[in-house]
Amino acid sequence: MNALALPTRRDEAWRYSDLDAVAAIWPTPAPTRIDVGAGGNARHHLLQDASDGAAAVHDYVITIGDGARCDFHVLNIGGKLGRVTFTVTLGSNAHFGLNGAIIGGGDQTLEIITSVTHAQPDSTSGQTIRSILGGRATGSYLGSINVARDAQRTDAFQSVKAMLLDRTATANAKPELEIFADDVKCAHGATVGELDKAALFYMASRGMDPATAKTLLLRSFVAGVFDDVADAVVRQALEAAAIAKLEALV
Amino acid sequence: MLTIDNLTNEIGGKAILKGLSLTINAGEIHAIMGPNGAGKSTLAYTLGGRPGYEVTGGSAMFEDADLFDMAPHERAAAGLFLGFQYPVEIPGVSNLQFLRESLNSQKRARGEKELNGGEFIRLAKDKAGLLGLDMDMLKRPVNVGFSGGEKKRAEMVQMGILDPRLAILDETDSGLDIDALKIVGAGINAIMRKPDKAVLLITHYQRLLDYVKPDYVHVLAGGRIVKSGGPELALELEREGYAEVVAA
Repeated sequence: MNALALPTRRDEAWRYSDLDAVAAIWPTPAPTRIDVGAGGNARHHLLQDASDGAAAVHDYVITIGDGARCDFHVLNIGGKLGRVTFTVTLGSNAHFGLNGAIIGGGDQTLEIITSVTHAQPDSTSGQTIRSILGGRATGSYLGSINVARDAQRTDAFQSVKAMLLDRTATANAKPELEIFADDVKCAHGATVGELDKAALFYMASRGMDPATAKTLLLRSFVAGVFDDVADAVVRQALEAAAIAKLEALV
Repeated sequence: MLTIDNLTNEIGGKAILKGLSLTINAGEIHAIMGPNGAGKSTLAYTLGGRPGYEVTGGSAMFEDADLFDMAPHERAAAGLFLGFQYPVEIPGVSNLQFLRESLNSQKRARGEKELNGGEFIRLAKDKAGLLGLDMDMLKRPVNVGFSGGEKKRAEMVQMGILDPRLAILDETDSGLDIDALKIVGAGINAIMRKPDKAVLLITHYQRLLDYVKPDYVHVLAGGRIVKSGGPELALELEREGYAEVVAA
C-alpha cells in the first residue's frame, strides 16, 4: 500500500478514502509484517483510536504457514481518517479470522480493507465486520478474497453489516470474490440498515430513555465481535472503548 | 386517574379517533370493545405516544399531567404501561437486560434508587413465577422465538416488574388458549386490581372478561365511544353482536 505516488480515487482500495488526510501523512509508515510459521497460532489486535483530526493508516501484511492460524481483532474508531488494511496469504490447512468493528461520527472516514489470498488447498478464512456510523461519517469495508487455482476446498466467508444513525452518514460494503479453483465454498453477505423504530418505541414504552435504548440496540449489534478475544484484559479494553464511543455517538 | 376529553387524531392524514371521551378513576377496570377498525389499537398507541399517531385535538390528563406533553418514556416513568397486541422482537437484547434498563430508567426519571443486579433478579423471579414463565425464557432475547401465548405472558411479567399505576392492555387476550388466558387474567388481577391502580382493557371478545371482571364496559365504534355500561354490556355484545348494539 505504501507506494511513492499518492493514491487517487481511481485506485479501487482508495475510492472512498479521505485523500486530503492521507496526503498530510504521506508516505505512510511501512506495513507491519506478521509471519505465522507452520503449525503456529497467532492472536493480534488493534485498537485504532487516534486523536480527533489525526490521520492513522495501519497496513498489515500477514503470511500464515501450513496448518497455522491467525486471529485478528480490530476496533477502528479514532481520527479524521482511520484506515486499517490487511494483505493476507494462507498456506494449506491454514486459517485467518478477522473480527472488526467500525464506529464513527462527525466527519470521520474509517476503513477496513482486506485482501485475503487462499494460495494452497484446504484453508479457511472468516471476516465479520460491524459498522455504526453517525453524523457525516463514512465507514467502508472493501474485502477481496482470492482463491488460487490449486486452493481446492477453500472455505471463506465475509459477513458485513452496517447501521446508519443519521441520513448523512455513509456505509460502503464491497465484498469481492476472485476464484480460480472449482471446489470452494465462499459466502458473503452485506447489509446496511437503521435502528429498528418499532423496537425503539417498544423500549420507550417500557420507560427507557432514547439514549439508553439506542445504546442497548447498538451494543447488541456489535456484540459478538470481540467475544472470542482470548485475553480477557484485551477483550474488556476493546469492549469498553467501543461502548464509550457508542455512548458519545447517540 | 385518566381523563380523555374529545380526543381526535390522525394517522398519515386519515382521521381515526373522532372525539373520544373517557374517564377512568383509581381502583377501576374498564373494558373497551368494538368491531375491527373502530380505533381501539389507535387509542392505545396514541395514549402511549407512538410516532405517527398525531393528536389533532382534545386532551388526555394522567392525574395532573398532560399526557401529550410527555415523550413515551416519560409517560412510562409517570406510571403508564402499554400492553402490545403484537409485542416487538428485539434480537440480541435479553429480557432481563431490557427490563432492568427499563426499570432503572424509570427509577432515575423519578429520582428513586436503582435496583442492583441481585435485587432485580429476585424481583424478576417473583413476577415470572406469578405468570408461570420460566426464568430461562427471561434470559433469551426479547420475544424472539416466543409463541403468541409466551409473548403475552412475558408482557404481563414486564407489567409486574415495572409496576405501573395505569395499564392499557391492547388485545392481551389474542393468541391465548384457555389455560394461558386464565394465567394471564389472574396475573392482571394480582398486579393491577388495587385501589391505587387502574386498567383499560381493549378486547374483541367477552372471554377475557370472565377472568378480569370490568367495572365498566364501553363500545368504541367509528372513533367514538357510542355506548357505556356495566359488565352486562359485554354479555349483550357477545349475544347480539356489535351491529345490533351500536344501532340500538
